Amino acid sequence: MSSIEERVKKIVAEQLGVKEEEVKNEASFVEDLGADSLDTVELVMALEEEFETEIPDEEAEKITTVQLAIDYINENLA
Amino acid sequence: MSFENKIALVTGASRGIGASIADTLGAEGATVIGTATSAAGAEKISARFKEKNIAGEGMVLNVTDADSVAQLLKDVQEKFGAPTILVNNAGITKDNLLMRMSDEEWFDVINTNLSAIFRLSKGCLRGMMKARWGRIINISSVVGQMGNAGQTNYASTKAGVSGFARSLAKEVGSRNITVNAVAPGFIDTDMTEVLTDEQKNTMLSAIPLGRLGLPEEIAKVVKFLASDDSSYITGETLHVNGGMYMS
Repeated sequence: MSSIEERVKKIVAEQLGVKEEEVKNEASFVEDLGADSLDTVELVMALEEEFETEIPDEEAEKITTVQLAIDYINENLA
Repeated sequence: MSFENKIALVTGASRGIGASIADTLGAEGATVIGTATSAAGAEKISARFKEKNIAGEGMVLNVTDADSVAQLLKDVQEKFGAPTILVNNAGITKDNLLMRMSDEEWFDVINTNLSAIFRLSKGCLRGMMKARWGRIINISSVVGQMGNAGQTNYASTKAGVSGFARSLAKEVGSRNITVNAVAPGFIDTDMTEVLTDEQKNTMLSAIPLGRLGLPEEIAKVVKFLASDDSSYITGETLHVNGGMYMS
């Protein structure tokens, strides 16, 4: 079973079409990984499906980096 | 059959233009979910589909009720999968001169004709984005462009659905989802049945083709916009009105 961190990074790489090694913890989806606003919405959708949860819009807005996504999942699901 | 394995959701499919759209997409091989406001209406749609050998069924939907929309989308998802063709057709009129129009007449029409499109499009987009393919087609009206005395509410919603299509088209174009509108002129349905002969004659004199349109003549244009033949058209409103209004 992969760790939450690995699963999050795999999804980010898939959704944004970047290599997994580019998905650093501190990477910002928009500034470093080239996501547009719709990409970030889709990314949250994909995280919701992977971790079988619903992320409220006001929380989703704050998830702007890989680490923040990992933190959110850890805090809300672990 | 161009719509094999496609799931189409058509609101207001029990009669008129909506029924024709549902049947036309179904005849091309789509699995169609046609909605009606009552259980009897939904059953009628199911029976019609069965008779015409169309896959899918009629389901109850109150487009003005967010819970009803959520329930419908859940049921459709579980039974058939995610729709990638959405035809926002359900619409009502509550005509009155603005000076006499009640809040109820105004908001009922806005809720049914315009807010419903927001709810249903939002609900269906996730599936379309995942599929990297989608078609949203809003039924507008010539009245949305020309205006019509006694229809400030209706005309506002019909102009609104075109603006909605243009904006959403810009949002989701990168995902291969197109959003368009079809604006029928005067079509021979229950909605135009109520007009007096005098009103009809005045109207006919303004239509170069000299007759009312048929529901199938709208359905064929919707079929085109739902198909891959229209893959480079988005944000557009197609006018189907016998020439009574040329944009």
